[in-house]
Amino acid sequence: MGMTMTQKILAAHAGLSEVKAGQLIQADLDLVLGNDITAPVAIRELYAAGFDSIFNPEKIALVMDHFTPNKDIKAAEQCQTCREFAHKFKIKHFYDVGNMGIEHALLPEIGLVAAGECVIGADSHTCTYGALGAFSTGVGSTDMAAGMITGQAWFKVPEAIKVNLTGKPGDMVSGKDVILHLIGMIGVDGALYQSIEYAGDGVASLTMDDRLCIANMSIEAGAKNGIFPVDEATVAYMKDRVDRPYTAFAPDPDAEYARVVEIDLSAIQPTVAFPHLPENAKPIDTVGDVAIQQVVIGSCTNGWLSDMAVAAGILKGKKVHPNVRCIVIPGTQKIYLDSMEKGYIKTFIEAGCAVSTPTCGPCLGGHMGVMAAGERCVATTNRNFVGRMGHVKSEVYLAGAAIAAASAITGKITDPRTMIPSASAPTAPADTAREE
Amino acid sequence: MNAKGFAHKYGDNVDTDVIIPARYLNISDKKELAAHCMEDIDPGFINAVKTGDLMVGGQNFGCGSSREHAPMVILESGVSCVIAASFARIFYRNAINIGLPILECPQASESIQAGDEVSVDFDAGIIENHTRGQRYQTAPFPPFIQEIISAGGLLASIKQKQGAAKDEL
Repeated sequence: MGMTMTQKILAAHAGLSEVKAGQLIQADLDLVLGNDITAPVAIRELYAAGFDSIFNPEKIALVMDHFTPNKDIKAAEQCQTCREFAHKFKIKHFYDVGNMGIEHALLPEIGLVAAGECVIGADSHTCTYGALGAFSTGVGSTDMAAGMITGQAWFKVPEAIKVNLTGKPGDMVSGKDVILHLIGMIGVDGALYQSIEYAGDGVASLTMDDRLCIANMSIEAGAKNGIFPVDEATVAYMKDRVDRPYTAFAPDPDAEYARVVEIDLSAIQPTVAFPHLPENAKPIDTVGDVAIQQVVIGSCTNGWLSDMAVAAGILKGKKVHPNVRCIVIPGTQKIYLDSMEKGYIKTFIEAGCAVSTPTCGPCLGGHMGVMAAGERCVATTNRNFVGRMGHVKSEVYLAGAAIAAASAITGKITDPRTMIPSASAPTAPADTAREE
Repeated sequence: MNAKGFAHKYGDNVDTDVIIPARYLNISDKKELAAHCMEDIDPGFINAVKTGDLMVGGQNFGCGSSREHAPMVILESGVSCVIAASFARIFYRNAINIGLPILECPQASESIQAGDEVSVDFDAGIIENHTRGQRYQTAPFPPFIQEIISAGGLLASIKQKQGAAKDEL
């Protein structure tokens, strides 16, 4: 019986010619990631267990992104723990305020992950790198510590769900709408303990930003990883970023899948996930009248340059509704700078948005946009659990950048297709533009 | 290894944001963190829980973030075992890696009610509900995972193996 794409990557990293679903394996890691929330726990556990060495200072990445620039003294102390550890063990990829980005936006951008690699990160959205054809998955701090010490992790080989994509997405429909639609179909535990392998002719019509967003939120369906085939767009994306050899794995033609889900991209509407689960996905025309007080455009899910372009296109020459605070957070310093050069930041500020240096901040109710009881936010983030963005009686509505920007203008959840795009709206950059 | 105590019962999709809200993730001290365990879903939990008590959830327990703080505060609060119909995978491996016993048992998850007195025999994989006079059987952990648990967690098991390798030289 053939192997799935994920199984082939795992077999290669476990030194095995074949693996089967359910098999427990020990795999070699190409990269171990941690952030300012999870790495301090890993560092403490590493020392407490009596270890004082790491496997490879070039294969560990530490990104200070969650509570940075530090929101309080305790957050500052956690970054200090990471900084001292990075210095002591000469960790090459340590990213601090000023050169950091949100970890999952930063790592692909600077070529720290490539097709065929095996990556763990002490952050659940580590599955983002599946967009590049890598196996990457979120783990906890103890796994991170073990990975830093040994360069290996244990895995139970997953079976897979195949998501067969056909057609092309319509106007104002992005990767976010696709993944919310999928989670709405299969539920927040629909892919529990499984891989999601995206396939089909429709993949070619998705930009790399779309794929990164879809892989990113695969965890919200419970998946171990979400992975895309390596095609021309993937190779082009890695061309100027990755300077080491990589392997493009493909599933065997006779690979067995637990389930096949068919999605026609052309039938997907702009989509909103209602509180308090990402599976509460509704097409925009069934949303009704929902007044909001805050909009957040950013995060590891939708802080990409294409999201900035879409939001700026809608906000150009408009004003944020007086009842709304609109917070825009580009995913990395490079995306911030590119957005500035393309005029998006000027557009946001003129519209009345607050623009922030990269941070996870509001997504997890950390800082930079925490809500009071009774407030509602349309956010391009990834989770809308109880209390996720602040008070337990606040609400998060998940959507893509287009709905978020349109809603910021009207003060209620709004179909972006009803907004007349300004004549001088910036167009999406060439490398992320969808081929028409 | 055994556990015995009273059940604290929750529903499906108990996420890591309600087990330990992110606003407390700047706290390093385990005891201080554990004071906020389940705060956003069950504010009375931390005062009601007694050492040895069990936590019972439905489907997809521990979904969401990879924060190890979630199983850590449950363990620190005195809970001896979490029983659920299914677990989110990162929570599952985190619990094993830090030595919090967890059992997947849909029947027990459905039948056990809040306040029931429950005991668990981990070696035999038997859950006993003394209040209702019911018994539930679960599948034991595979040997690889039993090894991690009996060593006292993943890092302790790596340390043991490294020690054993050195002794052979």
